[in-house]
Amino acid sequence: MSDVTELRSDLEVIQQWVKPDSQVLDLGCGEGQLLKYLQTHKNVRGYGLEINPEKITACIRNGVNVIEQNLDEGLVNFEDKSIDTVIMTLALQAVRRPDIVLDEMLRIADEAIVTFPNFGYWHTRFYLMLKGRMPMSETLPYNWYDTPNIHMCTFRDFEVLCHEKGIRILNRTVMDDQYRVPLRIRLWPSMLGEIAVYHITRR
Amino acid sequence: MPDIFPDDSVGLVTPVVQHFSEPLTLRSGKVLQSYDLIYETYGTLNADRSNAVLICHALSGNHHAAGYHSEDDKAPGWWNSAIGPGKPIDTNRFFVVCLNNLGGCDGSTGPTSINPSTGRVYGPDFPIVTVRDWVISQGRLADVLGIKKWAAVVGGSLGGMQVLRWAIQFPERIGDAVIIASAPKLSAQNIAFNEVARQAIAKDPDFHNGWYQEQETLPKAGLMQARMLGHLTYLSDDAMRQKFGRELREGNLNFSFAPEFQVESYLHYQGEKFSTRFDANTYMLMTKALDYFDPAAEYDNDLVACLQGTQCRFMIMSFTTDWRFSPARSEEIVNALIQADKDVSYACIESESGHDAFLLPIPRYLDIFSAYMEGVAARV
Repeated sequence: MSDVTELRSDLEVIQQWVKPDSQVLDLGCGEGQLLKYLQTHKNVRGYGLEINPEKITACIRNGVNVIEQNLDEGLVNFEDKSIDTVIMTLALQAVRRPDIVLDEMLRIADEAIVTFPNFGYWHTRFYLMLKGRMPMSETLPYNWYDTPNIHMCTFRDFEVLCHEKGIRILNRTVMDDQYRVPLRIRLWPSMLGEIAVYHITRR
Repeated sequence: MPDIFPDDSVGLVTPVVQHFSEPLTLRSGKVLQSYDLIYETYGTLNADRSNAVLICHALSGNHHAAGYHSEDDKAPGWWNSAIGPGKPIDTNRFFVVCLNNLGGCDGSTGPTSINPSTGRVYGPDFPIVTVRDWVISQGRLADVLGIKKWAAVVGGSLGGMQVLRWAIQFPERIGDAVIIASAPKLSAQNIAFNEVARQAIAKDPDFHNGWYQEQETLPKAGLMQARMLGHLTYLSDDAMRQKFGRELREGNLNFSFAPEFQVESYLHYQGEKFSTRFDANTYMLMTKALDYFDPAAEYDNDLVACLQGTQCRFMIMSFTTDWRFSPARSEEIVNALIQADKDVSYACIESESGHDAFLLPIPRYLDIFSAYMEGVAARV
């Protein structure tokens, strides 16, 4: 069982935006660390969706509700506004239609929290410009042909999509790959930030 | 205990018969004045009687879920893969109870028992029992054993239906519900399979309208057909292709109607074995209990409303190639539980073995089953 005191820093940011005693749905919940933390520390109830068999078993060991369900096959089994907050960490870029998933998240809940890697990170930009090849890094270790990250976007891309969809951004935290927020990232997030956490709503 | 049994087995077990003299009014309105239930237990009941797990059997199962009845037993109980020391239902931690349901033919009162009001065997006069009747009788057994609340109730297929009924009927008496390869009710296709099976039995000239025991015959051919049909619906197309393909018993075509393909002789063997072991009237009753099960019917067919009153946690599992109780059927239960805002987890296990998978030692299945039961044990 993972230690609940050692929460990944992005999850640390996310948990601040989740209200105590509320209900969450965690899309691509991994081993259920976030849900376990929220359950233990904020009396939050909820479900995680996951498709990896080992991670599903880990969720069970962590004592969180996990449903084996593929996000690409839809979320029709969750009713409108049946959940307070839908969370999706580092999975937006891997789903078939990120725009539809966003709509679904804000259909099921009033608020959603989304994290994804920034394709506009300076290293990625220079990699493509100088090498002429699809960027690879520690955060993005895959080749172009076998990457699960089929819909990479920049922070600006995401914000444009939100604007077009009438989605309001309540909060944003931009971090490096260690989930830290140094001063340089605060000064120039779209170029120097590697991962962003967005808190969004349609209200 | 002799060391001839494997270490992860519960070893030698002896069934116990419990007599109940308080009448049981069945769902049909008929009354069983008195009855026996035969059961087995594995493991030790703890001091506060909180570590008991009830195992509910499926269509052709019985009380002998694990271990051996004698040193000469060729095979252990029907769910030995999941019950025993260190197994998912760990007998080092749990006190496991499994009984033969009413209407059964392995020691509990059923069609082969003597009807006290007539002095003849019940035969076809044995009243049709429902899943709810079983759960109520199981509750009475729990009372006798001093178990106020099961740590978990666990079952696959028709057994899973009993687990679901437990959660609805006695919400305060069940901590965790583990429902495997089951459904909230049968589909028309499933009922149709059962009716073909029943007709095969009923039309056997040796059936004598269910009074074969008095005629000293057995409707072997009918029961064999019923079992053959059932058996093939428990396997997947893939599993049958892998197991038998188009292999011939003698390597060449004989241009006869005797069994030539391996799959034919396999079905014959399974049917034959079953037709001498199982009672035809019990088979008719069990399939009826399956057909009638539909707990949402009393809630205007609203499964969410039906599950609203449940208080336990749920673990639901299904198998990819199970088409008799397909993953979609398990997901109906999962989705209703989500809508009812209940604690539920769900896994769809990759398997080639069709409905039978729930009895097989599939590594991922046993892993997740163990993980869940460890959580149950921790809550005891």
